[in-house]
Amino acid sequence: MTITRRSLLAAAAGTGLAAATGPVRAQDADDKARIGIAIPAATHGWTGGLNYHTERTIAAMEAAFPQLEFLLTTAGDVQSQVNNIEDLSARGIDALVILPMESDPLTEPVKFAKSKGTFITAVDRGLSEEGVEDLYVGGNNPQYAVVAAEYFKGKLPQGGKIAVMRGIPTAIDNIRIEAFQKTLEGSGIEILDMQYANWNPDKGFEVMQDYLTRFPQIDGVWAGDDDAALGAKAAIEQAGRQGEMKLLGGSGMNRVIKMVMDGDPLIDADIFYPPTLIVPAIQVTAMRYATQAPVKGRYVLDSPLITAENAAEYYFPDSPY
Amino acid sequence: MSLAADTPVLPALAGARRLAARLGPLLALALLAVLGMLASPAFLSAENLMNVLTRSSIIGIIAIGATFVITARGLDLSVGAMAAFTAGLSILAMNGLAGILPALPAAILGLAAALAVGAGAGAVNGTLVVKGRVEAFIVTLGTMGIMRSLVTWLADGGSISLDFALRGVGRPLYYGTVLGIPVPVLVFALVAIAAEIAMSRFRFGRHVTAIGSNADVARYSAIPVDRIRMATYVLQGVCVGLATLIYVPRLGAVTPSTGMLWELEAIAAVIIGGTALSGGHGRVWGTVAGVLILGLVSNILNLTDFVSPHLNGAFQGAIIVIAVFLQRKRG
Repeated sequence: MTITRRSLLAAAAGTGLAAATGPVRAQDADDKARIGIAIPAATHGWTGGLNYHTERTIAAMEAAFPQLEFLLTTAGDVQSQVNNIEDLSARGIDALVILPMESDPLTEPVKFAKSKGTFITAVDRGLSEEGVEDLYVGGNNPQYAVVAAEYFKGKLPQGGKIAVMRGIPTAIDNIRIEAFQKTLEGSGIEILDMQYANWNPDKGFEVMQDYLTRFPQIDGVWAGDDDAALGAKAAIEQAGRQGEMKLLGGSGMNRVIKMVMDGDPLIDADIFYPPTLIVPAIQVTAMRYATQAPVKGRYVLDSPLITAENAAEYYFPDSPY
Repeated sequence: MSLAADTPVLPALAGARRLAARLGPLLALALLAVLGMLASPAFLSAENLMNVLTRSSIIGIIAIGATFVITARGLDLSVGAMAAFTAGLSILAMNGLAGILPALPAAILGLAAALAVGAGAGAVNGTLVVKGRVEAFIVTLGTMGIMRSLVTWLADGGSISLDFALRGVGRPLYYGTVLGIPVPVLVFALVAIAAEIAMSRFRFGRHVTAIGSNADVARYSAIPVDRIRMATYVLQGVCVGLATLIYVPRLGAVTPSTGMLWELEAIAAVIIGGTALSGGHGRVWGTVAGVLILGLVSNILNLTDFVSPHLNGAFQGAIIVIAVFLQRKRG
């Protein structure tokens, strides 16, 4: 592995050294617009992709617009994200791009930053009070689940039995599961069970093994996420039952999109809910300072179904996710 | 129960309690098996039992290493991060070597690298604890963070995946069988038998136990205390390397969340098995039972919807406490 600027930045962010480089930058940055970014650390595949695309976008924007300066922080839990926002605020930022780890506990700290005149961009998840964020860029979580449910309705027009894996117990997971169940109502499709697989391949493998033991008939599996789906795939293939069911993950990991492109017999589709949504969030925020663009509002990205026909459009071979 | 401590008990009852204390982990295991049978007819199928045994063998091999460390009154919190780090390096080595070598030697060298990295990481932990005289808890908490960050860095936050050309070569290490027994189960059984013999019959095991019960007395008895303590950490590292050999072929990828909390599972298995957390008393067969107890609990929870998945953790916690309660000492 070569030590690139990006990987060095990642290491610095990972070990908390990023904060140490701040004061040096601050001295020559008086006339620059400073954009603080607070995102979760790379704790599972999706957040790994999020970090990758954040660093990529920052590098591109800094190269294109020297009058902009970006301060990146990553946090492993809610409390450290609150600390990061306080630190960014103390260092003086014009705008804050935040992907809140949880909406409720982060609303107050973000409101405090806003009270100092900071422009707030919320990504993926809104804050708990109306009107805190000036700009919202998000995916569409109910649509994500509706697309998944419609996929199974299409595959099983006569009804059938599907097994579901939930993610990490969070508000997002609840929104998705609720919308999924609601869309399936009256379709004749029965949900056998829903266990938490934490969006994790190892857990996906174990939960799938046990589903396979327990249910003699499974027509479909919604793993909720591509990491979990890859684990489930290994378990289904081990049991030799790949002929009898369809497996759907979600969120657009490049390895899974490649499988869809190559016509994998088990996974023939994916749902787009990409970590790339941080890219427009940073860019639109930056445009406010680079070109004085009026950007306030809500930007909701679609979560379309990815199939062999359109997969190439969503394929990022170099991304770690 | 508290009455029993004050009033004279029938000799037969006392005998039964001593027996229960000795066989506690097995009793808990049997209890769980009955519970599993009641919960689901699929539980007793050969396929299900083999699934549980196979996936328990990864934590199992790590926990056997932990049995020696804990018996010598040490502690290694870094095993989960070490497993992820070792697996990541081994995959990178295999991918790199596949460019210059045929698939089979590349895979073998990559797996050998896993054992070497594991032993090396164990030696670092051991040196810092034994020579550096830093508390094991702190040393391994530190190396846990270091190795976890390194694997995240190597993976660029995403995953490190094995080249598809290499997957076929390593696959039998997880999915293969010998005489109908899955390879990981076989490896786990061999490691367990060797460790049980080393612990109860060999000088090494007696020295580990002696150091754990009183290091000063052990030193006056001319036991090479530092060397033995060092050896337990290296042995732990080798066990992690060995577990990695089974883990990597399973999904062919490592993510920053690989091996998260494995250290707690391993330590829990060791204590459930009757090894004293304060050292001086180690039981390898107990650890094996402990690992199977943890594996069966999550298996049973997946096989039934009797317990809401939100309460899985509570159920697991209760089983751990009950298993240790069954074998507590009196007085």
